[in-house]
Amino acid sequence: MSESDKAVKDLIKRDYEHGFVTNIESETFEPGLNEDVIRRISAKKGEPEWLLEWRLKAYGQWLEMAEPEWAHVNFPKVDFNDIAYFSAPKSKDDAPKSLDEVDPELLRTYEKLGIPLHERARLAGVAVDAVFDSVSIGTTFKEKLTEAGVIFCPISEAVHKHPELIKKYLGSVVPQKDNFYAALNSAVFSDGSFVYIPKGVRCPLELSTYFRINEANTGQFERTLIIADVGSHVSYLEGCTAPMRDENQLHAAVVELVLLDDSEIKYSTVQNWYPGDEEGKGGIYNFVTKRAACIGKNSKVSWTQVETGSAITWKYPSCVLRGENSVGEFYSVALTNNFQQADTGTKMIHLGKNTRSTIISKGISAGKSDSSYRGLVRIGPNAENARNYTQCDSLLIGDKCGAHTFPYIESKNKSAVLEHEATTSKVSDDQLFLCQQRGIDTEHAVSMIVNGFCKEVFKELPMEFAVEATKLLEVSLEGSVG
Amino acid sequence: MLSISNLQASVEDKQILTGLNLEVKAGEVHAIMGPNGSGKSTLSQVLAGNEAYEVNGGSVSLEGNDLLDMSTEDRAREGVFLAFQYPVEIPGVSNLQFMKTAINNIRQHRGQDEINAAEFMKLAKQKIQQVNLDPSFLKRGVNEGFSGGEKKRNEIMQMLMLEPKLAILDETDSGLDIDALRVVADGVNALRSPDRAVIMVTHYQRLLDYIVPDYVHVLANGKIIKSGGKELALELEERGYGWLGIDEKAKA
Repeated sequence: MSESDKAVKDLIKRDYEHGFVTNIESETFEPGLNEDVIRRISAKKGEPEWLLEWRLKAYGQWLEMAEPEWAHVNFPKVDFNDIAYFSAPKSKDDAPKSLDEVDPELLRTYEKLGIPLHERARLAGVAVDAVFDSVSIGTTFKEKLTEAGVIFCPISEAVHKHPELIKKYLGSVVPQKDNFYAALNSAVFSDGSFVYIPKGVRCPLELSTYFRINEANTGQFERTLIIADVGSHVSYLEGCTAPMRDENQLHAAVVELVLLDDSEIKYSTVQNWYPGDEEGKGGIYNFVTKRAACIGKNSKVSWTQVETGSAITWKYPSCVLRGENSVGEFYSVALTNNFQQADTGTKMIHLGKNTRSTIISKGISAGKSDSSYRGLVRIGPNAENARNYTQCDSLLIGDKCGAHTFPYIESKNKSAVLEHEATTSKVSDDQLFLCQQRGIDTEHAVSMIVNGFCKEVFKELPMEFAVEATKLLEVSLEGSVG
Repeated sequence: MLSISNLQASVEDKQILTGLNLEVKAGEVHAIMGPNGSGKSTLSQVLAGNEAYEVNGGSVSLEGNDLLDMSTEDRAREGVFLAFQYPVEIPGVSNLQFMKTAINNIRQHRGQDEINAAEFMKLAKQKIQQVNLDPSFLKRGVNEGFSGGEKKRNEIMQMLMLEPKLAILDETDSGLDIDALRVVADGVNALRSPDRAVIMVTHYQRLLDYIVPDYVHVLANGKIIKSGGKELALELEERGYGWLGIDEKAKA
């Protein structure tokens, strides 16, 4: 057995840290999906009639759609009638009015996850919205945000308090019938985060949402909408975990970002849904639609993602670059291990003049996993002087895993300049030997080499997330040591 | 310090070392010379613990401890350093990060605290200057995009930072211009002390003009067939290996 194979065998036995279940009384719908379920979700949220109609329209469209099968992933068909579409912790009152009223068990859950929600123990400088199964259970730092005019609240609350913004922008970036999972989400979404940054405001805090699936046989369908008004700036972080369960669970989220003139959104994700066990049993199906619309000129959006979890990942955070001089960036690290499968990448749609995009994708495959990069760069006929730079690097650990790259390029404008670079490499025995010869043990060596490989992406993450991401990779590679 | 007795080793089922004996005492510098394929590099790799090589006979002790029984990293932590003939790149891992990890792994092994950040930076800057590399190399990925000469200097920089008991230089002189050769030699000479030892594996006498060895050994067919003082290297330079009964062409 070669050195790196042994390293793999010893080190990548993953222990999932977040696999515990919280014992809490919940109200969960019976599994199954029909119009009545949608009406009940809508009624639970006390939604206005127009939103119910919007959901029902999406449902009608979803019924006529088929599941996408083009992705390089393999899994048994999901029975959508086996899933419960709503689950919420049962609170004494209808809903907690402040964090003090949140069930202490829930607060402890988030503390276990390293996300203290309680006022005293919170991370300084990060406002957190926590979504537990289908509902948001608390948002921190509300006052400080209100002072700046920033709206950061559960989307279910925004429906009531800011209907004009919701009506105008919900579905404006990802229409209901955009794709199969987006249509399903539009029909049944339960909660998520809503952010509005007013004109000229630089959001004083990093905003963060933590998603947690707890209930068994429950799907999570959150919906996030972020609007950056003219000249505003925001950095948004998203993290996710779930208990270890033998059944697969579905997560089908939609994230819409709207950018007006001169605005900037930095959206970072550390996705650590339960990936399934060593034999590939269980784990989350992560089928997510994320898209940013750079409507305004000089706007800039960055997607940075670190994907280590989920049994299957199907996710392409995209940028529609409509405004002149707008910029789209995609930085991604996707690590798959055991039997995980990831088909992830981005779409850069250049419509406006002088639009620029950058794609840096780092895929790491270990165990028997399969990781694919799938990316589209499309230059429209009016996108004079559009530029794209794409770099896809794959790192293989062991000899039973796979890495694939599917780049699609469509250019309808001669002035466009597109660059594409791709590499595939292995953690080599020579690299490991060099590290060991300098006194570094194999575990540290592998994790150092993998981190080095991901460096270009990690440096795009906000500081605290970068530390978390580095640790997460270590855990994913080290197994029981962490 | 190092005692090698009847060492036999093979790689990919090919027997390379066939019963090698060598004694190295603290304070000494030994040069190992010999034609291509004689087993010079194999000796360095085996001492450092490269698992691609299989030891199938003999023993090696380092200060009385069984070296062959130690893991590769433990050998390093006990003070064995190998300057590689072909240093590999580790993209994205800076020299600083790499050396800090190495030093702290070694310190942990010795029951010491982690190195203080300021102290580490001072050490790194001092050593990179000593091998005549720009300090910006500290922030670059390990050997990433370095020229051949820069890689070799970087090896010497690492050696100077780690201050090994036993430094093994595997053809560190090959492919170096005269300036780089001088830098490498100065580095090794700076490390010479009564409690350290150096083994230099080299093909050419040239390096020995700058690092004067106490002993020169000729390796052929996996054994040391002749040993002598520094004058032996000059004799080899003049007469080649033929007079020792080695058919150099057959080995090349």
